Amino acid sequence: MPESGPSTPYVANKPKDIPTAEALRARIPGWGVDLDRKDRPSYPREVYDPGSTGAHWDYPEEQPHREGRERSIEHGQLTPVFGTSAPLHGVSGSIRRYAYRYGEGRAAHWLLLLLGDRVDAWGAHAASFVSLRPDNPITETGVLAEGRRHGIASRFGRKRVDVNHQWIDPIVVAGPWVAGAAGAFLGVRAIVRRGRR
Amino acid sequence: MKAMVYRGPYKIRVEEKPMPRIEHPNDAIIKVTTAAICGSDLHLYHGLMPDTRIGHTFGHEFIGVVEEVGPSVQNLKRGDRVMVPFNVYCGSCYYCARGLYSNCHNVNPNATAVGGIYGYSHTTGGYDGGQAEFVRVPFADVGPTIIPDWMDSEDAVLLTDALATGYFGAQLGSIVEGDTVVVFGAGPVGLYAAKSSWLMGAGRVIVIDHLEYRLEKARTFAQAETFNFAEYDDIVVEMKRTTDFLGADVVIDAVGAEADGNFIQQVTGTKLKLQGGSPIALNWAIDSVRKGGTVSVVGAYGPIFSAIKFGDALNKGLTLRMNQTPVKRQWPRLFEHIQNGYLKPNDIVTHRIPLADIAEGYHMFSAKLDNCIKPLIIANPS
Repeated sequence: MPESGPSTPYVANKPKDIPTAEALRARIPGWGVDLDRKDRPSYPREVYDPGSTGAHWDYPEEQPHREGRERSIEHGQLTPVFGTSAPLHGVSGSIRRYAYRYGEGRAAHWLLLLLGDRVDAWGAHAASFVSLRPDNPITETGVLAEGRRHGIASRFGRKRVDVNHQWIDPIVVAGPWVAGAAGAFLGVRAIVRRGRR
Repeated sequence: MKAMVYRGPYKIRVEEKPMPRIEHPNDAIIKVTTAAICGSDLHLYHGLMPDTRIGHTFGHEFIGVVEEVGPSVQNLKRGDRVMVPFNVYCGSCYYCARGLYSNCHNVNPNATAVGGIYGYSHTTGGYDGGQAEFVRVPFADVGPTIIPDWMDSEDAVLLTDALATGYFGAQLGSIVEGDTVVVFGAGPVGLYAAKSSWLMGAGRVIVIDHLEYRLEKARTFAQAETFNFAEYDDIVVEMKRTTDFLGADVVIDAVGAEADGNFIQQVTGTKLKLQGGSPIALNWAIDSVRKGGTVSVVGAYGPIFSAIKFGDALNKGLTLRMNQTPVKRQWPRLFEHIQNGYLKPNDIVTHRIPLADIAEGYHMFSAKLDNCIKPLIIANPS
């Protein structure tokens, strides 16, 4: 026990070293202007006021071209409005469509979507090599910023704790490319050897 | 038009894409002038968010000029300068009618657990984002607001998410006069949360990070005490020490799914994707707050399970409060605070990057190079 006796929280009073309101107001511009909790913008959390949003409909007109749009099975219907950024397609689309058979509470739903993401990426990389704009891992990873934005000076001698795992990033990014190239090389070599026999 | 597109984890590029179209009578097409990269965009960039599709354009923080409006739009016209909240929302569903704009039920068919967000994967509705020359904005009469003449453009783009979210995070803490508030994360949202905590009457504001240049900004921009968790064996114990072993009254998690500080959590959460991110900051928040205290979560987490210390939260009798920010509810008060000089949002902007260089911008922001705190993207120089 300290010489001065027990202190907060072993006794009821609040900590003593909190500055007074006057001191804080003098030091911090605007200190306490939102002190009244009931006068804060998100108080209370729910305020029923449908006339305040700008909506001039009870239910929005439905966006067209709704056929085939995937939706969560936890929705009772397709929402009236939806994004059209990247419609499902190919193998990744099939995986993702299958994922939408599961509810959002199921790990299978999200893990299948992640699998679809990876298949989508691998397919897009492969397709890019028969296009006029093949993927370029140098420009697309922005790794040239390492030179232009002080990559070494930004990282070292600064007590950054993320340096202990950043070395994994190049493996995560380049690993599939290296594995793919190695696989292609081994495959071609096997075909050539078989042809020589 | 030119737009940033996703090409797989850690890979993006600028491509020519078709111009966005009016797809619904209340749509508008916005010519983007300035966008921003958000810390939560990095979750997409790193491949953590399920259903992030190749070709998707990111960007939920943007402002611009109205290029075209659909036939039912009443409040906007071509040429208006507008700021667009990151929430896509209808304004009329059960949730919107109660002010829960970020939980709109009419805009995201892909999931019920999250509302609509621009440029944030199909899990939030599949809307292309604003890191592009043009973007489709649904419900133009509900979300976008004309930028006041007095407002700085950079302040306007920061109001579309980062500032509104930091301010909302402080509100979720239910701060009362004299409270000790700890903010995990000295990124843009954490800096704004710390600054906002003073407006709500905090007695002490403490910001924690491991990036010294960001902690310096927390001291100068947010007048906060700072702790670099890399300098302590156990930052939770240090928070107990500095609060007379009481714990903080309020802790705000402004980090989210890619927190540092525990190698195993980082590798399993963000590299191997075995959990929905690395919830280190949230666990530290739960352990740093006092019994009966409040943990406010505004850092972004994905939908996959994470290893959260829920037993501590239960046994300490904590109040956990969280949501995606209903941005437009915050704006009138934040406009006042900016006009009164209490908040200067663009003090934290460190980089302004042309859209053409966005891949390097993402790498710089992701790797925390060049003392980067908040990078803006210049899509169409005005």
